[in-house]
Amino acid sequence: MLRTWRQRITVTDVVVWTIGLAIAVMVIYGSAKTLALGKYNAVTWIDLSITGLALGGVYALIALGYTLVYGILRMINFAHSEVFMSGPFTAAFAADALIALGWWNKYPILSLLLVALVAVVVSATIAVLLERIAYRPLRSAPRLVPLITAIGASFFLQYTFRGLYGSGLKGYPDMELLKGFWMLGSIRIFKTQAIVIIGAVVLMLILYAIVQKTKMGKAMRSVSEDKEVAALMGIDVDKTIAYTFALGGTAAGLAGILYLLLFPQAHFYMGFIPGLKAFTAAVLGGIGNVPGAFLGAMVLGLLESVGPSLFLDGMGIPAPYQLKDAIAFTILVFILIFRPSGILGERLAQTKA
Amino acid sequence: MSKRLFALLAALVIASMALGACGPAAYECTDAIGCVDIAPGEPIHIAYAMVISGPDETLGIDSRTGVEVAVALKGQVLGHDVQLTGEDEGCSAEGGQAAGTKLAADPTLVAVIGTSCSSAARVAVPLLSQAGFVIISASNTAPDLTRAGDPNNFPGYLRTAHNDEVQGAAAARFAFEKMGVTKAATIHDGSLYAESLQAVFAKTFQELGGEITSQEAVDPNATDFKSVLTSIAAGGPEFIYHPIFVKAGSLIINQAKQVPGLETVYLMGADGMFSPDVPEGAGEAVEGAFVSSPDLAAFSADYQTTFLPKYKELAGVEDPVSIFHAHAFDAANMIFAAIEKVAVQDADGTLHIGRQALRDAMYATANYPGLTGNLTCTPTGDCADPKIAVYEYHAGQYPPERIWP
Repeated sequence: MLRTWRQRITVTDVVVWTIGLAIAVMVIYGSAKTLALGKYNAVTWIDLSITGLALGGVYALIALGYTLVYGILRMINFAHSEVFMSGPFTAAFAADALIALGWWNKYPILSLLLVALVAVVVSATIAVLLERIAYRPLRSAPRLVPLITAIGASFFLQYTFRGLYGSGLKGYPDMELLKGFWMLGSIRIFKTQAIVIIGAVVLMLILYAIVQKTKMGKAMRSVSEDKEVAALMGIDVDKTIAYTFALGGTAAGLAGILYLLLFPQAHFYMGFIPGLKAFTAAVLGGIGNVPGAFLGAMVLGLLESVGPSLFLDGMGIPAPYQLKDAIAFTILVFILIFRPSGILGERLAQTKA
Repeated sequence: MSKRLFALLAALVIASMALGACGPAAYECTDAIGCVDIAPGEPIHIAYAMVISGPDETLGIDSRTGVEVAVALKGQVLGHDVQLTGEDEGCSAEGGQAAGTKLAADPTLVAVIGTSCSSAARVAVPLLSQAGFVIISASNTAPDLTRAGDPNNFPGYLRTAHNDEVQGAAAARFAFEKMGVTKAATIHDGSLYAESLQAVFAKTFQELGGEITSQEAVDPNATDFKSVLTSIAAGGPEFIYHPIFVKAGSLIINQAKQVPGLETVYLMGADGMFSPDVPEGAGEAVEGAFVSSPDLAAFSADYQTTFLPKYKELAGVEDPVSIFHAHAFDAANMIFAAIEKVAVQDADGTLHIGRQALRDAMYATANYPGLTGNLTCTPTGDCADPKIAVYEYHAGQYPPERIWP
């Protein structure tokens, strides 16, 4: 008995578990010390959590694009971060035009919808063109080829937009309607943060419903199961894939508008870091899985926002927020040690993984 | 013996005879670290290593234009044109490594103007110094670069920018004496520039009798600073000093006033945030934000009459996009003056510049009348005539308003 057990365990397993255990001990020890220290009160923790959830909402919408495309093509669309950048960057100029017209604060809701429309149209168009020009001709190529193409496309788009709009920062105007905050009891929540959280949840639900309930969604899921069989069943595979990219682009465009509400400045590589985080969130949640992307994104957002204060302050580490990405990714490693296919990853069929 | 080899030998013989004909007039390089020879009609080659792409590009493009103005106004140096090439140092250690390696491989280079950022200097300067160039920066302000005996201080490196010992201390005096605050917090982004500025600020502020509530650090590429600001707010500072760069700095300005406990806090950046991108990136929240910078009002009269018109013509802009253009202009002119002092010219116009001699001449610069003041270099390369002023941003306005001293 003991012998078979010993044979099954490899050195790698032991090392990995030791790392996992060390991370768990540090997290628990740090949190306990910080809470005992009492530097922050309950309201501070709630403020930090709200910030994290808002951030997570944006990551979730971007992660959707990664996860849908992975689900259907088994490729990481690294140019998705530029799809995310293109729409809102353009929309920032649309916002300027609306201000010039005097509509911005007069018809704020209409203005927001128009700006969002611009962002969605640009992002979705870029996503579809990207698929048509860069990925479709390579669909039967080895898996690494479209991956490298995606990286190339990413640079191409970044520098195209740099050429179009310049390399400076483009400010996104404040809206009178969205200034200030609401009180929920003694908790203060900023209007922009509330709108981003609610908006992200509602949009995720709508997009999930599209994938689960509509005919096109059914086609997407069947193509993701097996392209050849789906084609035999009369599904237009090319159209379905283009539709998937359009859906991912739409989500990215909307994510961009929410992102600009939180961080009102657009520039040509604004997509890089959020894109990387969203990709991480998709992996954390279980790539190819839509609810997983949402969950992963929220976990990542919360870790970044609450993690440094909670885990490191108590241990007396100076300037903990410099390490927020280190913390987020350490926890990511921790989760992937114990759940290698992500939080909700078990739903993946063997053929997909 | 093959024909080709014979032809080569013949050519060598003729060449040596031609050289010999010059007789005793032939120049022999006796410089300790070598010479640059510039044939008649060849240009004198200098290069810039500045940040010319990415979010901090205004800093480098502004300085580069300053150098271009200097080249355009100077025309020729000892009968030779000046050729300006350059590399992007990206305002980062990685960028500095790449730019430094590329430039160091070019033996025709006489001097390098740069870097834009101290973080890039840390890795680029050792490479350029090793190659024997004169390196002069218009905007590196980190103290250790010119501190005698410091591992980051290299021979041949000088700067026309002020040392942050001056700027950080001025900011602390402004906070304590002018604004009357006693509790301050600092934020840096891990860059050499911001780290040392906030350290000088904190030291001076405490010496004046103030209290530093926290010294935080952020990732320069991050966008969410609400969490770190919430954490800072727990210490109850009245003043936050964040001497970082435009992208993160303007987001901090944008987000700080929204954080509970920081509604009335004063925010102050340093010269890295003197840019039209700050009011653009921070939106209306920029109202009342402070920034320290070289005192533009203290520049010489030539700045308005000669320099600015040429700058606007070359860059095609209404206003300078950052603040180190005049320092870059002075840096370029100091190089020209030093070349004129040390270069040996043959009868046919060939120019010989001893690299060590050029360095010595640069370090010996005294009372040089530049745009930014009377420049005198210390033995470790601090050449600035530092005058620091504080400016206040107003929403939708650039440049900001000068308020102190």
